[in-house]
Amino acid sequence: MINARLYIMQRLTALIMAPLVIGHIGVMIYAVQNGLSAEEILGRTQGSYFWAIFYGTFALAVAIHAAIGLRAILHEWVRLDGMVLNLVCWAIAAGLAGLGLQAVYSVTG
Amino acid sequence: MTQISQPDQQFIKVSIWRGAGDKGGYETFDVPDQESQTILDLVSYIQQYIDPSLTYRFACRVGMCGSCAMMVNGVPRWTCRTHVKKITDKAGSLTIAPLRNLPVIKDLVVDMDVFFDKWVRAEAVHHPTRSIEQGVQPVSEDTAERQAANAAIECINCAVCYAACDVVASNPEYLGPAALNRAWSLVNDVRDGGREAILEAVSGTGGCHNCHSQQSCQKYCPNELNPTASIAGLKRETSKFALRNLLNPANKHNQGEPA
Ligand code: SF4
Ligand code: SF4
Ligand code: FES
Repeated sequence: MINARLYIMQRLTALIMAPLVIGHIGVMIYAVQNGLSAEEILGRTQGSYFWAIFYGTFALAVAIHAAIGLRAILHEWVRLDGMVLNLVCWAIAAGLAGLGLQAVYSVTG
Repeated sequence: MTQISQPDQQFIKVSIWRGAGDKGGYETFDVPDQESQTILDLVSYIQQYIDPSLTYRFACRVGMCGSCAMMVNGVPRWTCRTHVKKITDKAGSLTIAPLRNLPVIKDLVVDMDVFFDKWVRAEAVHHPTRSIEQGVQPVSEDTAERQAANAAIECINCAVCYAACDVVASNPEYLGPAALNRAWSLVNDVRDGGREAILEAVSGTGGCHNCHSQQSCQKYCPNELNPTASIAGLKRETSKFALRNLLNPANKHNQGEPA
């Protein structure tokens, strides 16, 4: 169910996510020092291209990575196959990317 | 083997799968408990002295031919080299069934066709590089490639690993540990000219990338091979191969759909 191309995509997206997760956790630890408020977070993120690219990349990597992982599970446990499996996986990727990018847009836009 | 009938004889309760295809059930036999008995001895005793219609497969009886594998108390084993004493549970009973993940022909005999077809699909076949006039190619024992090939080479095609693999059970296309292990030994063999063909063959939808690396194959392989390590090697080489083709498409003689 997983061919070389999907395998490589999943490893590359993992490589992209690893530093972003560390950055995300680092900023969280820093941010909660003075209590956590919507104003403070939005003050940092709104209008920032840096955070838009940081979390935009994160959301796209998650969408690809998770869809490939779920593809194996859906095939092995739910026995989805062929066109149905492809469609469901694309829908998962598109849904995750859509939700993720929408969230990124609402905090950085 | 002699038939035993002393009055103080102890017996082992052996439940054996009888049937064909998906249909069948367990039948229990009392087999005399003897010193140094193997699982294959029990099965042979039943066939020779209790029920001649019991069907099973064996040849060498010394762990060379790979034809005697069965599920013993739920675990795949080479039955000719498995001593009864080592595995009977506390109640002293045994359950013997045909190998998992393969269609049953009758009783303990499975159809190995799918298993071997997958070796061919994985290109785990010799791709000659020399004609008879060119003579035998020298093989250096010192290279890292030769050592990797040697580590994977002692496979007896018993399908124990194939029966142990949960990915084979849930993804019928998956080539499985034995075929991929042989593919890896050929990728590392200087006498084999099929490196690219093998790497492409194991990169498709049923290929090496489906392995979850949980090592059931390695745990049960009676020859203590490590197909998981071979598969990890294939994942590495196929990734390099695919990236190289991506960066330099002119290298790729097969322009079809990347597998
Ligand atoms: S490590 Fe891979 S080949 Fe071995 S049993 Fe697990 S999934 Fe199968
Ligand atoms: S790798 Fe081991 S378990 Fe698998 S077929 Fe070869 S000898 Fe048997
Ligand atoms: S009979 Fe040959 S390996 Fe068991």
